[in-house]
Amino acid sequence: METLTQNIQSVPLNHYIILSAIIFSIGVMGVLIRRNAIVIFMSVELMLNSVNLLLTVFSVYHGDASGQVFVFFIMALAAAEVAVGLAIIVMVYRNTNSLDINVLNRLKW
Amino acid sequence: MPILKKGQRYFCNYKMSLFYFIAFLSILFALLVIFSKNPVHSVLYLILTFFTFTIHYVLLNAQFLAIVNFIVYMGAIMVLFLFVLMLLNLNNDSEPVKTNLVKFAAIIGGCCLLLTVAASLKVASPSIPVVLANPNLGLVKGLGKVLFTQFLLPFEISSLLLFTAMVGAVLLATKDKTNA
Repeated sequence: METLTQNIQSVPLNHYIILSAIIFSIGVMGVLIRRNAIVIFMSVELMLNSVNLLLTVFSVYHGDASGQVFVFFIMALAAAEVAVGLAIIVMVYRNTNSLDINVLNRLKW
Repeated sequence: MPILKKGQRYFCNYKMSLFYFIAFLSILFALLVIFSKNPVHSVLYLILTFFTFTIHYVLLNAQFLAIVNFIVYMGAIMVLFLFVLMLLNLNNDSEPVKTNLVKFAAIIGGCCLLLTVAASLKVASPSIPVVLANPNLGLVKGLGKVLFTQFLLPFEISSLLLFTAMVGAVLLATKDKTNA
């Protein structure tokens, strides 16, 4: 494990922030581009993961374990969210026979 | 303390490329997730993206999070996604597509967001290397101690959250008997 921890020592903090920002932006783009409800859901997962990575990096950077505990809570939250969200998607598919979110445009009003 | 000595920097330089390689892979797979036409391919690329995130956690010596990420995300959540995709049995012709104008506007919007974050970073601070101050920070022992002393109440509440989610999912996904 000594060699593994050596790997990271010289990576600047800014590069981690930029990586997380790029992944988060890709998630935002995915939500905006796609119309398939499941793929939109996956993009949300992507955004959650980028924030998780950033929290871990700052936790390591400051030497504080609270950040990693928060990542743990976010993972528990993501699991709950996926379970409920996919149940909603299954129900929507059962009622409308498609996964197109434009079918649900009445939710906008 | 975060500033490295010159000899140490030389030593780390070639190993740094591992981080950049993994970062490139995660960006590539994330792009493939949102641009692949078939939703099943999207799920598979998402699994690869999460795997690269696991490698990032290992590089940060956050071993507990790496294992949890591996089990929860790549195991449970992805199986759930694949299961729902297979259950719904989508055909390729039913895959909805947005118009090119909307796609273009979405990409411009995403790039604007990225540009804003990156530009704000430019003002914030000079680049400081991430140094692992406490080597057993991300291990199970240290995290467990924090989790069960300082964060005991949120931990218990998260169990309640998971229980509520389970009940909610079962309630939502079962067929309504009064309508049938």
